[in-house]
Amino acid sequence: MVSRTTDDYQRMALAGCVAITEPAFWAGYDRSCAQGFMDYFRQLTDTEPKRAAQFGIQHHTWLCINPKESEDIGLAREVLAEIPNFLDRPNVLGIGEIGLNKNSRNELIVLEEHIALAKSRDLLILVHTPHLEDKMKGTRMIMDAIKDHGVDPGRVLIDHVEEHTVRQVLDRGFWAGMTLYPDTKCTPQRATDIFEMHGTERMWINSAADWGISDPLAVPKCRDEMRRRGHLDSIIRKVSFDNPQKFLSQSGRFRVK
Amino acid sequence: MDDMATPLRSNEVVDQYFLEHRAKVLDIAAFLDRFDRAAIVDGVAPSATTNDVRVRALCAALDLLRDGQPERARRALELWSDHSTDPVAKAGMKGAIGAVPLP
Repeated sequence: MVSRTTDDYQRMALAGCVAITEPAFWAGYDRSCAQGFMDYFRQLTDTEPKRAAQFGIQHHTWLCINPKESEDIGLAREVLAEIPNFLDRPNVLGIGEIGLNKNSRNELIVLEEHIALAKSRDLLILVHTPHLEDKMKGTRMIMDAIKDHGVDPGRVLIDHVEEHTVRQVLDRGFWAGMTLYPDTKCTPQRATDIFEMHGTERMWINSAADWGISDPLAVPKCRDEMRRRGHLDSIIRKVSFDNPQKFLSQSGRFRVK
Repeated sequence: MDDMATPLRSNEVVDQYFLEHRAKVLDIAAFLDRFDRAAIVDGVAPSATTNDVRVRALCAALDLLRDGQPERARRALELWSDHSTDPVAKAGMKGAIGAVPLP
């Protein structure tokens, strides 16, 4: 978790966290050159696994150039050309988090090139869907692009689903992730509501742990919310461990028991 | 779909969540009051007639919450969503404001 202190790894371990999957993300500013991404990918594949291991947490990652930096196609293609050099690192699960941010033409082009890379190497895909008013449109565009490339939706997690996108994601055969935030996006309460309305098949929760207002303990807090409402321990385990394990194990590199 | 209906009874929902959501309603009320006080100082339209996309979207969603129909959260999100289908020519900004202009 490049944006977080080591204390957060410690707190997550104390809360029962045994594994992390960290997507390549926007740094809060646009990197000035492709070499900056190479350093970042080394951090994700070398430094962070060691930090997490101090607390018994297995660290995994996803690689890409995030959609927030995809408007510059030249830079994006330079980064894309380097990603294969990191894909054989043992903690890399696949390509992500790719997707769209403002649903622009260039973002879509870069998304499609990431999908083609994943398809050519039979890699799992982690999708970031746009925020707020752009999410519904962007989610549809992303799913269309993935289907157009012939990727099995059962090997794709569409993350950041909310009430207005979850049904279409599940109906099209994708996995649906709910990234939990303290208040601005999907909260533990709303995630539990969504499970109650849409079930738990191909669904799971994850904590946002980025440089903005976010909470690495959001998953245990959602588990508590579900427990408080009286949901069975088996259901709580399913959405916070069994389902993630089932999806991620398709990578061949996720071996958390 | 697997069955995962809420285990809570309706009175339990109220017992567990009423005070928290009472406070959220007051937050919205105070936000609109704050906006209207500032609008008076600025000499612009208050919340009821403002042209601000976000305030109009918020007020429209408040109407939706009281219509007695199900899936209010989904419908509020759809109300605030971009319903166009073509890619935009260029990403002009990184962030999102939270709502598109209402018709």
